[in-house]
Amino acid sequence: MSNGYQIIVCSGIVPDPLQTLEPVQTPTGPGLKNEMMLPAVLDTWASHALYEAAHLASKVVGSKVWLVSLAPKTKLQQVMMIVAQKAQFELVAVDCPSGGFSDPYESAVVLADTIKSISGLDFNRLFIFGGWESASRGAGVTLQIVGERLGIINQFQGVDEIKINDDGSFDVYERITEGKHQISQFSKLPAILGWATGNLPEPKNNPQIGMVNMRTIMPSIQRAKQVKLENKNLVFTSVQLPKQERTTRIVKDMPVEEIAREIVEWIKQ
Amino acid sequence: MEKILVLLHTESDGSICRGGLESLNASLSVKTQLAESELVIGIVGNNVKSAVSNIAGCGAKSFVAVEGEQFDQPRYCTDAIAIESIMKAVKPSIIIAPATIRWNRVVPGAAYRVGAAADTHITGVLIKDGVLKASRWYYRQRIEALIHRTQRPWVLLIDSGVFKPYSGVPADAQIEILNVETPETAVQTRVIGYREPPVGHQTIRPDAKLLFVAGAGWTKKQADGKVHIEEAEKLILDFLNLTRASLGSSKSLVDIGSEGQAVLSFLSHLNQIGQTGSTPRHPKGLATCCHGEEPHTVGWRFINERRAINLDPNCGWARGKADVLYVADAFAVMRKVNELFSGSIGKKR
Ligand SMILES: Cc1cc2nc3c(=O)[nH]c(=O)nc-3n(C[C@H](O)[C@H](O)[C@H](O)COP(=O)(O)OP(=O)(O)OC[C@H]3O[C@@H](n4cnc5c(N)ncnc54)[C@H](O)[C@@H]3O)c2cc1C
Repeated sequence: MSNGYQIIVCSGIVPDPLQTLEPVQTPTGPGLKNEMMLPAVLDTWASHALYEAAHLASKVVGSKVWLVSLAPKTKLQQVMMIVAQKAQFELVAVDCPSGGFSDPYESAVVLADTIKSISGLDFNRLFIFGGWESASRGAGVTLQIVGERLGIINQFQGVDEIKINDDGSFDVYERITEGKHQISQFSKLPAILGWATGNLPEPKNNPQIGMVNMRTIMPSIQRAKQVKLENKNLVFTSVQLPKQERTTRIVKDMPVEEIAREIVEWIKQ
Repeated sequence: MEKILVLLHTESDGSICRGGLESLNASLSVKTQLAESELVIGIVGNNVKSAVSNIAGCGAKSFVAVEGEQFDQPRYCTDAIAIESIMKAVKPSIIIAPATIRWNRVVPGAAYRVGAAADTHITGVLIKDGVLKASRWYYRQRIEALIHRTQRPWVLLIDSGVFKPYSGVPADAQIEILNVETPETAVQTRVIGYREPPVGHQTIRPDAKLLFVAGAGWTKKQADGKVHIEEAEKLILDFLNLTRASLGSSKSLVDIGSEGQAVLSFLSHLNQIGQTGSTPRHPKGLATCCHGEEPHTVGWRFINERRAINLDPNCGWARGKADVLYVADAFAVMRKVNELFSGSIGKKR
């Protein structure tokens, strides 16, 4: 592979959004009740980044996608059973807590060091992808710090699209307000793209891709380095579920006219 | 003693956005509660003089700016240089900034250059036992935490809609303009334009009083065994035009479009509310033909009053997610609502 892109997707894992979450205190700080038992998925916006990476790689011969994931390795292995079937990639696993209450600064340092250790990395062909925010911390900090540590100053967040122009430059579409996108052009890699939803549907499971991926996934998980995150600088005074749910007034058998009138009055208030 | 830097950027017309004025007010409240603290304003962009004149009376000790055309564009490389320069010049211990789209993308990275840690999406600040603390949400608005950092400088990016915007009488102020070099590599990335939604499809209105959410039910077979996409489109667009509400969507509804099925033509992922969508702030929200599942309703965290119309009395909204659930056909209700708003009689389906 000499001319293709090197695309590194950074993603953690998060509890399946359909699960009920309850915060608890653990000896190492706040966590989730039964955290290790909760079914997990690949972080949601980062999943879109992975689909976009695979799509971009498929357009330029010689490109390769890595998925760098900091997560507890037993959980990561479960998540990979599904994710491996979605897109072709090589996994680089780090065995490490992935909860939302960890400090993004510590994760970013581990991520940047892990990326640097990938052999054959060529910054002139390098894209670093991820979700613009995680579904756990929702901070949008990690990728920026990874970029700073790797000296990457082309950074974009909330990306929905990247286009390759005929002259080899790139147009990046970042979300701004009111349904608009800001279009930025740059011509020199490396670049960091924090993805929003992108434009691609979730790929159907492809068992063949899954089999190919699994050849590198299992060894990567087995040799995953164990890393501790210490949360040295971040102090949690309280961690709690939001106050009481609403008491819902359920309106049945009310004539449509009356419902409409009630709604109009409420909107006008 | 804390030295507070309020970090702002100008808009292209030389104004300061509402979020910026809100974060200024947040900073003023922090300053009054922290004994012996002082406050400095730092501004990046073009036309800083006019921006500063509107906040000159806020009681800041000084005003520092990085100005110039290259700092007008929201671009990571130049914004990071500007922010780094201001932080190095002011040497603050606390930095308070609005969580605008522009700042969210760059402030944490730039702050890292001066050894500062940033926390984003702050939804409240308070002083407890003389210590500044901030609240923010985890797991997509499911869990709320009160945090603080022992590290200084500490940056807080404040979400909009939390504080009232600052307003004061325009005045003159002395501004120290920093002399900042931008290497050629920093301006290689250029903002070349903006992509707007097609005419008539501008449905996302962050300042609207009402969020109107459309769910996948609008595209499903109805009681007569048929789908009614065209009518759904018309009812929704008419309602938006009559009320100037902002349009949100469930994930299922926008996904149907990318899977090639019939879908409402004016919707995109940008309308999506929820886990992998947005969490807008509006005083009221009305959900229609949307089931109200948790991954959707986490996006409603900051919608104060919530009502829903659904045929299913056991949908998610019934379980403490909405204040009122109307168990009814949204087509019929919205047809009537539009009639009432427009004062005219529509035709029946
Ligand atoms: C990882 C992950 C992330 C997710 N992220 C998001 C997200 O960001 N946002 C999101 O929305 N979802 C998200 N989801 C999906 C979520 O779980 C639901 O599947 C989705 O919100 C359902 O959309 P819906 O209510 O529009 O559709 P449906 O579940 O199909 O519900 C349609 C509803 O329409 C009602 N209906 C039909 N006809 C009428 C009528 N005439 N009048 C009144 N009511 C009618 C039905 O009773 C039904 O309740 C996510 C899921 C996962 C796993």
